[in-house]
Amino acid sequence: MLRWILGGRETQGAVEKNTVLVIGDEQPKNVYTELQVLKGHFDIVRFLVQIDNFRFASGGDDGLVLVWNVETGERLQELRGHSQQITAMAAYSRPGRWAPHTDLLTASSDRTLSMWDPDTGNRVQTVSDLQSSVKCLLVLGQLSLWISGGNEMCVWNRNFDLLCRTDHHSDAGIAAMVELPKNCIAAAVDKEIVIYRLSSVANEADMVVTEVRRLTDHRDSIRALITINDQLFASGSHIGELIVWHSLDWTPQVFECILWDHPHVSPQEEIKLGGQKQSEMSIHHMASVGEFIAAAVGSGLYIYNILTRSVVAYRKTAHDSNIRQILLLPDGTFAKTTYGQNIASGTVKLGSFSHSFLQLMSCSEDGSVRIWELQDLPLPAEPASAGFFGMWSFGRTSKQASQPVKKVQEAPALCTLELIGDLIGHSGAIQMFINFTDRGLVSCSTDHLIIIWKNGERESRLRSSSLFHKLDQNGGL
Amino acid sequence: MIGSPDLVAFTKDDAFGQTYVDPWSIPEEFSVPLYMHDGNANPWSKANCAKFSKDFILISEFSEQVGPQPLLTIPDDPEIFGTFDLNYFSLRIMSVDYQASFVGHLPGCGYPKINFVEDSKVVLGDSKEGAFAYVHHLTLYDLEARGFVRPFCMAYISSDEKKIMQQLQELSSEFSKASESLKAGNRKAFADELEKKLKDLEYTRAVLHKEAERQKMNDGCYSTQAIEKANELANVEKSFYEHKDLLKQVTSYPNRRTRSFDFLLSESDTPADLMDVDKILDRVSPDPGMENRRGECKLSYTPQLIKAKPAKCFDKRLKTLEELCDIYFFHQTMDQLRLIEDIFRGDLCYIYNRQIDEFLLKKQKTSNFLFEEKDDWQKEEVAKEFCGGNQISDNTLPPSISDLSCKLQTLETCVSSEESLVINREPETEEGIQDTESSPCDLTQENSDESTCAEIKGNLSSADSAETNKDQFDVQTCVVESKSFTNLQPPCLELQICRTDGEKPFDEISPVDFVVAAPTRPSHPGNASLEDGVDAVNKEILSAQDPDSNYGSIYEIEPFAHGDASCCLRQEGLLDIDPLPHTASGSCVENVVKQEPPSCLQGDPGRLMNFTPNGGTLLESPAAGLSLDLNTDEVSRRNADDASDTISCFSVSTSSDRAPSPFPHGGPVTVKQKRKAGLSALKFVRQYPFAQQAIFSLLSGRTLVVLGVDEATVRKLVNALTIFVPNLGKYGERVQPWLTTSFQLADLLNWKLIGLQRMSSPTGSSMLHSLNRYSRYISVLDADHKTLRCPPYRGSLVARLADHRTQIKCGCTYYTHVQSVLTELTSKAFLYTFCYHLHLPISPTEDPNTVALRRADFLHHHFGYGKEDSRIVQFLSELIKDSYLHGPDKEVGPPVFCFNYVSSLTFRI
Repeated sequence: MLRWILGGRETQGAVEKNTVLVIGDEQPKNVYTELQVLKGHFDIVRFLVQIDNFRFASGGDDGLVLVWNVETGERLQELRGHSQQITAMAAYSRPGRWAPHTDLLTASSDRTLSMWDPDTGNRVQTVSDLQSSVKCLLVLGQLSLWISGGNEMCVWNRNFDLLCRTDHHSDAGIAAMVELPKNCIAAAVDKEIVIYRLSSVANEADMVVTEVRRLTDHRDSIRALITINDQLFASGSHIGELIVWHSLDWTPQVFECILWDHPHVSPQEEIKLGGQKQSEMSIHHMASVGEFIAAAVGSGLYIYNILTRSVVAYRKTAHDSNIRQILLLPDGTFAKTTYGQNIASGTVKLGSFSHSFLQLMSCSEDGSVRIWELQDLPLPAEPASAGFFGMWSFGRTSKQASQPVKKVQEAPALCTLELIGDLIGHSGAIQMFINFTDRGLVSCSTDHLIIIWKNGERESRLRSSSLFHKLDQNGGL
Repeated sequence: MIGSPDLVAFTKDDAFGQTYVDPWSIPEEFSVPLYMHDGNANPWSKANCAKFSKDFILISEFSEQVGPQPLLTIPDDPEIFGTFDLNYFSLRIMSVDYQASFVGHLPGCGYPKINFVEDSKVVLGDSKEGAFAYVHHLTLYDLEARGFVRPFCMAYISSDEKKIMQQLQELSSEFSKASESLKAGNRKAFADELEKKLKDLEYTRAVLHKEAERQKMNDGCYSTQAIEKANELANVEKSFYEHKDLLKQVTSYPNRRTRSFDFLLSESDTPADLMDVDKILDRVSPDPGMENRRGECKLSYTPQLIKAKPAKCFDKRLKTLEELCDIYFFHQTMDQLRLIEDIFRGDLCYIYNRQIDEFLLKKQKTSNFLFEEKDDWQKEEVAKEFCGGNQISDNTLPPSISDLSCKLQTLETCVSSEESLVINREPETEEGIQDTESSPCDLTQENSDESTCAEIKGNLSSADSAETNKDQFDVQTCVVESKSFTNLQPPCLELQICRTDGEKPFDEISPVDFVVAAPTRPSHPGNASLEDGVDAVNKEILSAQDPDSNYGSIYEIEPFAHGDASCCLRQEGLLDIDPLPHTASGSCVENVVKQEPPSCLQGDPGRLMNFTPNGGTLLESPAAGLSLDLNTDEVSRRNADDASDTISCFSVSTSSDRAPSPFPHGGPVTVKQKRKAGLSALKFVRQYPFAQQAIFSLLSGRTLVVLGVDEATVRKLVNALTIFVPNLGKYGERVQPWLTTSFQLADLLNWKLIGLQRMSSPTGSSMLHSLNRYSRYISVLDADHKTLRCPPYRGSLVARLADHRTQIKCGCTYYTHVQSVLTELTSKAFLYTFCYHLHLPISPTEDPNTVALRRADFLHHHFGYGKEDSRIVQFLSELIKDSYLHGPDKEVGPPVFCFNYVSSLTFRI
């Protein structure tokens, strides 16, 4: 079985095999019974960006950016211009005359940045000969600005004027950025989180970016950085540290360290595991809904409740290989608004919702997407290995995993992540997926393919209604 | 032997059975008047004899040197027309040329006028030869010929006059196309010839002019020679202008008339080239391509001096048809004729069948892509309708059954054995002619047939092997008898006798066909209650004309095959032929009834031919004609094609034939291939108890992978299962018969049936990996271990398709059966798809769950379908929706792949 052992109390998990979780072919809760395979890329497809309700763009190592219609699977545009692989993509919306217009920002290894009009396929703006290639893009909608992060951070306006830039960072460059309140930006640079503040100088056109703070609590490179709500953001590191920060004063609120059983493995096993140990603990991606934070830890999943400051559920081996991305789906809009209001008001009440409708999707290098559902443990008497997390409030923790701080959760609070479906189609690692809710799920992969997964029943219904529509138009058969 | 010749002789002496009173006969007052068109409506019964085995096309010419002569036949196989006297028949058909072809000096006109005549179309029959022909006369122009005209004709010769009569319009339109192409080519060649001639004349004129000048200089103006030269010159001048005028006439031929035909013709070949015809003919801007094709001879043509006296007409060699016609057009014509031969191959029943099939298929255009194949014939029809040429309108399509029989009757009256009449193209006038002509002669023919029924009945009633049939037969015969005698008219009899050239007494015409029709009847599903004999006769007649029910009867008849054979053998006693032909004829009849050839006879037309040449009298015997008739075209074709169509004669020689897949990639899938696949399918169904599950997988759109080491085995299985693949595609795109590499997900979207090579190499392991990985989307049939891994099937629908205890023994029967079940399924899927309330809420308050419930309820209660069967219908319905929304060919975006999450089981033998 899965064992995330608490400290080293449980011994000899070394013998534990990396059990492959298998769900049978019978998946009644899995609604994705239809798929479309989109071909067009000639290399790994790495990025997917949603443009609007029915369009998305994909970018890959072949330097191509393709715009697709999620409903029909049609390829709408082919944006050619980049000579090397795409390194970052973002959608940039601005209010249009009738409806908001969305442009597409792309960055490539050829050290160019481009803006495209997905309606026409034209390259609207482009900047080349950047000092370094851009690794991430952040659009600040309120300020009508956007920021590119590579080895340095550059602030641009809509017209591709460089407003300001920071100094050269380390070679690692900026891996991720999030927007914080009060015109602040948090950028993950290797092991540190650097907080910048944007301020406009005398004439409004110019901006100044100043470094405000460096947060150095992580002991390894930061892989994931997300905003949880107005007050909180979270970061995850390569060795499994998860820190929740306050957005305004940038103080760590929660420090979690996901620990494995390495201190007690027998020597030969340690050798074997040595190589992959690091990556298995690495937090690749995080997602949050309401008070829940989900983290992809190696090939495992972990859900944390920031309000109760407790682990809600986990799976050590949710996939056969590293998880690339996770997505939390609060089922139903009602739940979503409740969360939103509560969190916005800052008075979050916990007892008001159950987590049974929380669904989670994860995609992994093993080429599958899995759908999980947070379910109450059938038997509360089985808390199993409840706490393998050490939980520390502030500051550095002791690194010794052998010295656990037991904070065993109350049994009822612990849930399981039940696998309710998996989507198999890609033959290579899935790089990314985006969710169009009921229009479907789009995934891209190293096998050069993009797959749209759809709800078969809904599609069938849609086809029927368009069939009768056409029937009406034609006035009969 | 039952039905000995003596008995025959006895009945024959009986003056057509007039004095014979059938003890079983119903009194006159109880008898229902027989359906006007008597038992001859049975498509198998042909009371004629022919010396040829198959319908063919004959091109003849009325040569000014040797008179009527046959030029070529299509197909060009001497075995087909056998001993049939082509020369004689050429004489016959050329003698009814009603064309008013005329080239010559019209009064009051200085120059010869070319009269572009309409082709004449004639139907003619020759009872002696047992041949009936649709004859299409046309005139070609030849500068060297007398009057510049060469009369030709193309004739479609069949032993079945009904076939000719009922396909008249189609024949006419098809032959018109051929004729137009031929004439277009001829005009071109004629124009070329005229041009050459003009050059010659010009040259001659120049030479003569020079000579005349010289003469004048030497001898003075009035020397004899000078005058002679001047006369000669004048003649040449005149001839020159005449020819010039001819050329003008030819080139100014109203091409608009041919345009539609040209368009039709050009649809298969280079249309651009053909569209240039006008230009070429007009000589406005000669197409360089055409010039080149005509070769250097034209370009490097050196004018020759024309002698004043042309050679004697018998000395010169007349141009061949090929020379008369531009080579390109000639081949075009030949292709068209071959197409005609192909279209009208098979007996009337078969053609009707096909036409009705096509007609019905065209009507269900939203769903026929599922299990039907689009063949070229159909496409052509579409093209015809599209271009608005001589399209087949509704009235030429197979009419409804009752109409059909009426038409049969009226058309029937149109032709008598030796009468020929010009048939206009307008159906109204056609009818008119028929009405006016409704000749007693026709009746004679029928009546003579009927009148002799009695004698056969005598034979039959003595037959003990046909006990079950006897009663009904008697009833039937009785009725026929009474009717025939009321209608019998002496003058007609005279005529009939005349027609048979006195070679053979009238009473020898014994229509055994009727007898043959009778035994098949009880097996017809529509005739369960056989006691009401007359009714049954009517039904029989109707059913004989209704190809659909013929399908049914063919299918049902099988168990009766032996009975039929014995019947026929019995009747052969009448024929007084030696034993070998007996068996041949018996088998032939069985052939037709079972729609399958017995192994002993397969593909042996020569043997069938042996059956005939026993002398005129015997040849006149209807039974002989019958057997030959039965063996025409379709059946004999099938003899060769489906040589091993029965289970019984199928030898398990899987290793010997390497690539038995009849679905070569690239070529369109034809019915023939599918029919052949029927046998493999039947074998599969019988061999594998899990055939139902496999077929369910295919029908529900789950890709079936046939895995095996041996290519032949895998291909055979794939081939067998192909007939169950919905939306197979014109070229069978949904099937990949043999794949040696691993497949990807995208392949599953396109291929619904895959033959996969099992390998032990690294490639093999990756293949197994993909098999494992995509196991939820596929079913795997392991040909080596005889296992099948797929979702279980518990429904009833597929059980009808694949019952391993099925009584069907013959591949094409099974195919027909499958096709009928699938057709029913398709129509259900159609109904399901187009029921609004099953898919969309009726009122805005209704939620999707209610609709889903209604849908499930509909499938369950109306169709009686369980979960799995519903899945099949739903899958087909999705296909129909998709096809309706996007059209069958073009797709918006990549294909949609639907699947379910169902667990699979492994089935073993």
